Amino acid sequence: MRSYSLFRKDFSSEIRTRYAINSLAMFIIVAISVILFSIGNESIPAILAGGLFWVVIFFSAMSGLSRAFVSEEERGTTLTLQLIASPSTVFSGKLLFNLVLVFAMNTVISLLYSALFEEFVIKNFVLFLLTFILGNIGLGVSSTIIAAIIAKAGAKGTLYPVLSFPILLPLILTSVKLTEYAMDGTSIEDSIFELAIVGSYDVVMFSASYMLFDFIWKD
Amino acid sequence: MIWKIFLFLLLSFVSVAGIIFPIVENPSRWYEFPLIPGLEENAKIIFFHVPTAWIAVLAFLMSTIYGIKYLRKKDLNDDAKSYTAAQLGIIFCILATVTGAVWAKFAWGSFWNWDPRQTSIFALLLIYGAWFALRSSIEAEEKRAALSAVYSIIAFFTVPFFIFIMPRIMAGLHPGSADDTNAGPVVDFKMNSNMQLIFFLSLIGFTILYFWMWNIGSKSIIYRDSLNKSYLKG
Repeated sequence: MRSYSLFRKDFSSEIRTRYAINSLAMFIIVAISVILFSIGNESIPAILAGGLFWVVIFFSAMSGLSRAFVSEEERGTTLTLQLIASPSTVFSGKLLFNLVLVFAMNTVISLLYSALFEEFVIKNFVLFLLTFILGNIGLGVSSTIIAAIIAKAGAKGTLYPVLSFPILLPLILTSVKLTEYAMDGTSIEDSIFELAIVGSYDVVMFSASYMLFDFIWKD
Repeated sequence: MIWKIFLFLLLSFVSVAGIIFPIVENPSRWYEFPLIPGLEENAKIIFFHVPTAWIAVLAFLMSTIYGIKYLRKKDLNDDAKSYTAAQLGIIFCILATVTGAVWAKFAWGSFWNWDPRQTSIFALLLIYGAWFALRSSIEAEEKRAALSAVYSIIAFFTVPFFIFIMPRIMAGLHPGSADDTNAGPVVDFKMNSNMQLIFFLSLIGFTILYFWMWNIGSKSIIYRDSLNKSYLKG
C-alpha cells in the first residue's frame, strides 16, 4: 500500500512536469523516423523488422527510464525518502512506476511500428502478447535497479546504457527470437523454451534486485 | 621460491610441448597428438585458448565472491581483492577473445561470426568494461565498493543465460556446441591421454599463474591503502 502511494507521488509529479513522458515520446518518434529514413523505399526482410523493433524499444527505454531515481537525486529528496520509507517500499514503488512507463511506451511503439512498417506482420498474436508482457517486465526490473545504481553514482547519463546493455542482452536476444517466431507463426508449444528463458530472467532479476536494493539505497 | 621455479618449468613445458609436438593420424609414440577430424592442426590452440577463457570466468566469479564478502563485512580489503580479480579477468578475457578470433579465422574462415560462444565472451567483455566504467565514475571509496559489488552480482546472474541457454537458441559452430557433429563435444575429449595431460597441465599452470598475479596485485593495493591511511594520520 505504501509503495502504491510512492507510485502515486511519482505519477502526479510526472503528470505535472511531463519530463519523462515528453522525452520518451519524442525519442520514439525520432528513433522510428531515423529507421524509416535510412530504409527509404526499400522493403526490409521480416527478421530485420522484428530486430529493429527491439532496437527502438531498447534505446527508448535507455532515454527515459533512469528518471525514476535520478530525479530524486536532482531534487535532493533522496534523504527524505530514506527517512519515511523502507528500501523495499521505495524499490517496489519505483518499479511500479517504471513498469507502467515501460508498458505505455512499448504499446505506443508497437502501434506506431505496425502502422509504419508493412513488413512487421504478427501471425501468432498470443505469442507476441506473451513476449511483450514478459519482455516488458524484465526490461522494467533491470532498468530500475540500474537506474538506482546510476543515481547513486552521481547521475551519469551516459553510463546508463553502458551498464544496462550487458544485463539486458539475454532478454533482448531471446525477445528478438520470440518476435521472429511470432512473425513466422510458430506455435506457442514450439517456443515454450524461449518463453521459459524470458520468464526465468524476470524472476531471477526481480529477486536479485529486490535483495540488493538495500545495499544501494543505504549510504 | 620453489613453486615459482616449478611454475616456470610447468608453463615452459606446456608452451613448448603444445606448439612443437606433432599431430599425426595414428599416434604411436608418447609425444604424438591424434588427428581430430574437423580441427586438425588448429586443435593445438586448446592449450592456450581454453585456459585463458577459463580464467576470465574464474576471475569474474572471484570478483563477485569478494563483492559479496564486501557487502557482508564492509572491509575495503575485500574490495581491493575483487578489483584485482577483475583487472586480471579483463586481461585474460581479451586474450581469450583474440586467440578465439584467430582460431576462428583459420577454422571457420572469418574472425568474427556471432557464434554463441563469441556472443558470450563479448558479453563478458562488455560486463567487465561497464564495471570499470562504473568504478571510475565514483570518487568515494565505500560507495564505489558497494555499487560495483552490487553491479557485479547482478551481472553474474546473466552468466547462466549465456553459458547454458544461448548455445541452445543460436546455431553454434564452436567445438562442444550442442549441434556440433564433426569435432565435438570436446567435453568428452577426442584427445588422447598425452593431449589431455598437457591440456590439464596447462589449465593448472595458468590457474597458479593467475592466483600468483592476483595475490601480488591485491596485496599491493592493500599495502598502498594502509600506507596512505597511516600517512594521513601521522
